[in-house]
Amino acid sequence: MKLTHIIPIACLATTAWATPQSFDFKDPKGVNNAVFKLDAPLEAINGSANGISGTVSFDPENPGATTGKILVASSSLTVPNPMQKEHLLSGNWLDVAKYPEISFETKALNHVKTEGNITTAEATGTFSLHGVTREIAVPVKLTYLADKLSARVPNLKGDLLVIRANFVINRNDFDIQKGQYEDKVSPTIDLSLSIAGAATR
Amino acid sequence: MKRILQLLSALCLLGSTCLWLQTGANRGWTKTSLPIKTLDTVTGIEGIEYQRKFQPGVDFLGAALGGSALLAGLSLFFRKNNEPTKT
Repeated sequence: MKLTHIIPIACLATTAWATPQSFDFKDPKGVNNAVFKLDAPLEAINGSANGISGTVSFDPENPGATTGKILVASSSLTVPNPMQKEHLLSGNWLDVAKYPEISFETKALNHVKTEGNITTAEATGTFSLHGVTREIAVPVKLTYLADKLSARVPNLKGDLLVIRANFVINRNDFDIQKGQYEDKVSPTIDLSLSIAGAATR
Repeated sequence: MKRILQLLSALCLLGSTCLWLQTGANRGWTKTSLPIKTLDTVTGIEGIEYQRKFQPGVDFLGAALGGSALLAGLSLFFRKNNEPTKT
């Protein structure tokens, strides 16, 4: 093969490598989860959601250009107490029948720092909950695991992207029992997201 | 009847307290499922699975106490069987 033939192929291969990869966050193993915690007088209300989906476009050469949208199925929110769960999903609180999804869509990543395969940044984007959309800034940690998909899902080759985020929202901002029951259920909600997405090759 | 109600009241109180103590004396709300954490070794993510398990809390204990008090209260409306009736 002549050098004149190799150069365009090499350029094409480099371009293909440098383009952002699309990571799918629908986890076949069901490990992805969002944890929420609300303080309450007798016992803090701890729960989680595992109905996570969405896609994130990530370029390991340029993590600052990451964009994407993560969705959480509202009906997948679970707490160990059945009565609390019934109240949580009901029309009085989250109204999951009317608002089936909770979402976060990134607009930009700021204060991006990358060390090895780990990137930390502040993701600014729109957070939608209970029919209300607000712009928020969330500290995120992205871990790029090249060629690790096969270790997690046999017979599949590709990369993994792990996203971790911890942030606090106020239920009053999202019209969830605004100004009500604040002596019984804290208005602030601690959220913790731990999700892994896969990009197959 | 009085004796039966008193016995049921005591059984209700004793049984619920024993169950509460046996399942870990949970001082929170009653739970019907418990979160079990699993570690995904590749990603390091801690997954959460819920295992169906009944863990009574203070609300269960309170309800049992209420039920026991109700039974004990009802027993007051009955006379003892062996009490001689006045003529």
